[in-house]
Amino acid sequence: MLTRRDFIRYIAIGAASTAIPAALSRAQQGYVKPVEKGPRWVFLVDTQKCVGCGLCVKACKLENEVPYEANVSRTWVERYVITKDGRVHADSPKAGRDGYSGNVIQLGHGKTEVINPADIAKAFFVPKLCNQCDNPPCVQVCPVGATYQTKDGVVLIDRKWCIGCGYCIMACPYGVRFFHPIVHTAEKCNFCYHRITKGMKPACELACPFGARRIGNIMDKSDPVTKTIIEGRVSVLRAEYGTKPQNYYIGLSEEVR
Amino acid sequence: MKTHVFRPLFVVLIIVGLILLVRAFVVPEQFGAHERGYMYGWHNKADEDRWKDFKIKHKGSEYCKDCHGDKYDSIKRSPHRNIQCENCHGPAIDHPEDPPKLKIDRTRELCLRCHAYLDYPTSNRRLIKGLAEPDRHNPGIECAICHNPHDPKLGR
Repeated sequence: MLTRRDFIRYIAIGAASTAIPAALSRAQQGYVKPVEKGPRWVFLVDTQKCVGCGLCVKACKLENEVPYEANVSRTWVERYVITKDGRVHADSPKAGRDGYSGNVIQLGHGKTEVINPADIAKAFFVPKLCNQCDNPPCVQVCPVGATYQTKDGVVLIDRKWCIGCGYCIMACPYGVRFFHPIVHTAEKCNFCYHRITKGMKPACELACPFGARRIGNIMDKSDPVTKTIIEGRVSVLRAEYGTKPQNYYIGLSEEVR
Repeated sequence: MKTHVFRPLFVVLIIVGLILLVRAFVVPEQFGAHERGYMYGWHNKADEDRWKDFKIKHKGSEYCKDCHGDKYDSIKRSPHRNIQCENCHGPAIDHPEDPPKLKIDRTRELCLRCHAYLDYPTSNRRLIKGLAEPDRHNPGIECAICHNPHDPKLGR
């Protein structure tokens, strides 16, 4: 004989045993974001260590099949010379590919400016590359879904799908993107995705003799790069754009844009 | 209801059907919103593998060590120990099969990338040893004529 008490108990057990697995599977389907272990690639640039040799740019162009003589590059090194009168002289001839070996500033269109060493207040080099933003504006504007962010944070471009409209090139506040002169699609730094996914360093980091450029995994708390970003004094470029850039710079000066 | 009301509706439905049919053939199977959602992750998943399969060209100095151990050891003992073989010798790619011989960059310009003296107060360039003023220190000749890049100090 089924008592009323047992009847209610069976109903409760039955309801719970169907509802709990259903709720769990719902959570796995993305209702609640699953906690996934995996890398989130970030970059740490120590501008104090950079001497402007440009070996990173050379290695990047050769590694990623960016035409060597074309005036485009996935990464580049900028030079900032601030004279005692407060003026900022900045250049990056050929993306800094051949390094910096003189006091002549390239103003573009063949114009140059010679700086007298006695007038220099401070001068330094800043390597630049794609920030792999957490809110990448270049991805948002793509009308066809040719550029996207992987789950490890790298923004890639689908060369088969890109129609070459150039919206992404306009949208990037850092001027990272350009047209690939041979492939005829948008092109940008992807932290050497083919290398980092196999546990290798990006070509620019490998080539840098001074340790100015380092890739890191922000999800790995024991990663020395992660430690520096969390505990050290670092800053990002153009934080006011809300793009949440993931390249962290040591020793960034306010003249750097 | 009269048929002239339904007729444009059928036309629209046929157009939508045709678009969906064409889309089914043109759009790759793995196209969709992936881990980063619709806003940042709308893409063809197969393209990630295409990028992962991109050819690696720079193998790093450890790749050279097995065959060129003497050269590897000599540069590791010198102040140039942090410089990768491939910075001067060019990317190994599939050496020794392809290319069988690497083209060495012996130019003066290569050395001057680091060793040209620049009076930049806030740059580490000033701390590099063996800085030279390019116009005064034996202009026009290759540095490697006197300095061995694997052991650059003279008089040893």
